[in-house]
Amino acid sequence: MTLDPLAAYRWMRLTREVDETIRNLWLTGQGVGGTFNQRGHEAIAVGPALCLEPADVVAPMHRDLGAYLVRGMTPERLLAHQLGRETGPSRGRDANIHGCGDLDLNIIGFISHLPQSLPVAVGAAMAFKLRSEPRVAMTWTGDGGSITGLYAESLNLAALDQAPVVIIVENNQYAYSTPIEQHSANPDIAERSEALGVVAVEVDGNDIEAVHKASRKAVNRARNGGGPTVIVAETMRMLGHAIHDGFEYVPDHLLERWEARDPLTIFEQRAGEHGTTIDQLRAIDSDVAAEVKAALVVAQGSPFPDPATVTDGVWAG
Amino acid sequence: MAEGTYLDAISAAIIHEMERDERVLVMGEDVAGPFGGAFKVTKPVAERFPSTRVRNMPMTELGFIGAANGMALMGLRPVIELQFADFISSGFDSIVQFASTAHYRWGGAVPWVIRAPSDGNLRSGPFHSQNPEAWFVHTPGLKVVAPSTVADAYGLFQSAVRDDNPVIYFESKPLYRSLKGEVPEGDAPVPLGLAEVARSGRHCTVVTYGAMRHEAMAAAEELAAEGVELEVIDLRTLKPLDMDTVASSVARTSRVLVTHAANQLGGVGAEIAATIADECFTDLDAPVKRLGGLDVPVPFSPPLEDAYRPNAAKIAAACRDLCAW
Repeated sequence: MTLDPLAAYRWMRLTREVDETIRNLWLTGQGVGGTFNQRGHEAIAVGPALCLEPADVVAPMHRDLGAYLVRGMTPERLLAHQLGRETGPSRGRDANIHGCGDLDLNIIGFISHLPQSLPVAVGAAMAFKLRSEPRVAMTWTGDGGSITGLYAESLNLAALDQAPVVIIVENNQYAYSTPIEQHSANPDIAERSEALGVVAVEVDGNDIEAVHKASRKAVNRARNGGGPTVIVAETMRMLGHAIHDGFEYVPDHLLERWEARDPLTIFEQRAGEHGTTIDQLRAIDSDVAAEVKAALVVAQGSPFPDPATVTDGVWAG
Repeated sequence: MAEGTYLDAISAAIIHEMERDERVLVMGEDVAGPFGGAFKVTKPVAERFPSTRVRNMPMTELGFIGAANGMALMGLRPVIELQFADFISSGFDSIVQFASTAHYRWGGAVPWVIRAPSDGNLRSGPFHSQNPEAWFVHTPGLKVVAPSTVADAYGLFQSAVRDDNPVIYFESKPLYRSLKGEVPEGDAPVPLGLAEVARSGRHCTVVTYGAMRHEAMAAAEELAAEGVELEVIDLRTLKPLDMDTVASSVARTSRVLVTHAANQLGGVGAEIAATIADECFTDLDAPVKRLGGLDVPVPFSPPLEDAYRPNAAKIAAACRDLCAW
């Protein structure tokens, strides 16, 4: 499927708006517990998710707010989840964006132990292949996740089975406070991935057209029996690891360089090339702002879970 | 019904569940044919089913149990063989962080079974003799099963596969080929969470599971000759735990020993003993006694492993002490 530029911009703007709404809640003392922001990861989350069919499955992580939104998790539910309300997808059981799973939307909730969603997505893809279903699994991890043993275990398994899985590695330069050159003896993630037997490509993670193009190719390859692909997407985490983190460890010049390459900014700079106008983008901005504002009112008016239900849901069936 | 071993019963139960439900598949290291697994449990399974349903995995427990999580979320029912229960620690995050919490956190059911060949007395040393069940009983969201008879090895496996939750099924290696009996056929599920009174007696209750059931039964024979009648309770499932059967036995005997092959410190027996103390205090005529392994890695050399491990003689001695109160 080709990229609809206005739709792509709308999803990225919605992602940014929900993300900033969350940030403002926490900075004004209205948050519950801790939270994460995704600023700068809009293209990496939205672009790949727009390549999927409804029956495909995603296993995103904490910077991939855009993927949850594209897959149909509404701003109301996401904000209610962040605020610990009964109406969120985890009914107040899991925090911030952890545990935002919903199998009706084919979203698998993640855990903190990255890259735990990676073998899960590989297993989902193995199930699709076993049942000869034309479905694809997609997951995201980071530069930190890419250096784990589990990354190697999962890629090897995906390659052995030629499982229909697409793995986005968002290289946002830092694993919490540790820059990639301090945590990876070989910082070439694509090279390390190829060595494990998968196809790996590199892409500008802030350019939604580039991310979408690479993802579309990978999804088509997976769906047509061509096996797994790793897409290493270069980006920058523009805020701290979590809301409490002032990220003083990131040099200003790095942030300035990446700020000029903000995914929404570079999309707007190319508005004419897409056949879109600045007026159209501003109209989307105001629509999205109103939508998220209304969603927040709904989320804040939603009930907290009843403490009498605290043990509900431990067991399935 | 045909006579067979405890191991035969597990193989037969796997075959029955795979015939009954096409969602069931087997995965693990060396499980495929013609090799059929380190203990050959899956050899007859691999002879009957295609390689897509009896799948060899690389030596990556964390990764392939993680993949089983994904398969289970997508509606399959993986049966995961570990070569030894000792290696379960290599897959820990995939079990105790992902699988156990998914349903509580967001409603994702993870219906797999991990088959974990556990226990010792086989002179196999620290890494092929462990009983790590307490880790998993302590983890919310996991069920834990420990069959001790041929019929239960068959029937508890069926219930484990049909359960919608992650279940860890601790097989007892010392019983694999030494224990023989009638292997059930067809549907014979034994419900999870139901203990069995393996022997009735009026003087002292022995609560146990796994291979220790048979040591307790031998101790009961020994003490019967002395006029002491032990009641032996085989828990069969460690989570959920059938405390009703335990409490009603303690109400009859007023004395209780809790014994298992796992080390005693922080073991499942500690939880059972504490619950008996909480709920059965007025029934007791003696302190609740525990008998487990020593707080050491399971040693290899026969005199050391014998010193580590409870057995019939140690159980009989402990019960004599209890009956002296």
